[in-house]
Amino acid sequence: MTTKTITVVRDLLATNKQAAAAIRAELRARGILCVNLLSSPGSGKTTLLEALAERFRGRFRMAVIEGDIETERDAERIRAKGVPAWQITTGGACHLEARMIGKVLGGVPGDIDLLFIENVGNLVCPASYDLGEDLRLVLLSSPEGDDKPAKYPQAFLSADALVLTKADLLPYLPFDPARAAAEALSIKSGLKVFTVSALRGDGVDALADYIVGALERLRSARA
Amino acid sequence: MHELSLIASVFDVLEEEARKHGARRVTAVVLKVGVMSGVVPDLLESAFETYKKETIADTARLEIVLVPVRLRCPDCGGEAVREDTDFSCAGCGSRRVEIVEGREIVVERIELET
Repeated sequence: MTTKTITVVRDLLATNKQAAAAIRAELRARGILCVNLLSSPGSGKTTLLEALAERFRGRFRMAVIEGDIETERDAERIRAKGVPAWQITTGGACHLEARMIGKVLGGVPGDIDLLFIENVGNLVCPASYDLGEDLRLVLLSSPEGDDKPAKYPQAFLSADALVLTKADLLPYLPFDPARAAAEALSIKSGLKVFTVSALRGDGVDALADYIVGALERLRSARA
Repeated sequence: MHELSLIASVFDVLEEEARKHGARRVTAVVLKVGVMSGVVPDLLESAFETYKKETIADTARLEIVLVPVRLRCPDCGGEAVREDTDFSCAGCGSRRVEIVEGREIVVERIELET
């Protein structure tokens, strides 16, 4: 009986990274911008998507993949806006993985412009899983408190933009958007920051323009 | 809270490596876990202890090596470990830093019995 030590150096997220890279390549080739939305539960991801659906109606075709532990509720809300939606119920898993997206992707129409993925409400685990998106938005709502970026740094570190949601509640809460933004920017420089009220519509146009800008860049890089 | 599924992928690696090297048993596993990887070392340990029963690694010990965040600065070329979440260059204060280490979850080494 002999014992030997083997150096293996195997990345445990490699399988997910490969699946994500394949999705990114496919979507880019089809000229589709994929946007992954991360936040804790109840930060307003679905409401923001409803508001974006209104903004994009008649201009850009969008589709949504919804991730939740249970129920079709979010997909139903999106479909009610006339937007095709697929619900992934993870049955307990705390995040979406690239292969789950890959399974749904075949059914997504080829003529869309924007594919949104609403991740499972969780500010921790989804940050570690690339889904093949070109843009990652992290949402932080005013009732959650402006001290969250430093408490959950991974999510902010992995994002391209921070969307401060529920701005209509700011007059009633001790939430300082400047403080939340500064804290997030100390973790991730260059993070774009948007303050929106999806219910009232404030700030949604600026976010929509940012998404359209990213779509245009993706398409001009392809041309 | 996806530590158990990560440990399941550790066991995929262990079984593959044991087969490749004709090993009867895996006696030790060294994981490198970045402090910004989003997983909790204690939970990885309990998931490992639960999972290893009746596998080729049923007596294996798990060692977790925590990897701090290491930043590289493209502006001054400096590289340094950062303890807090203020990700700026310790040398020149630039915020355009890249994280070169500290987000990984890697099976680094294993010990096999043949």
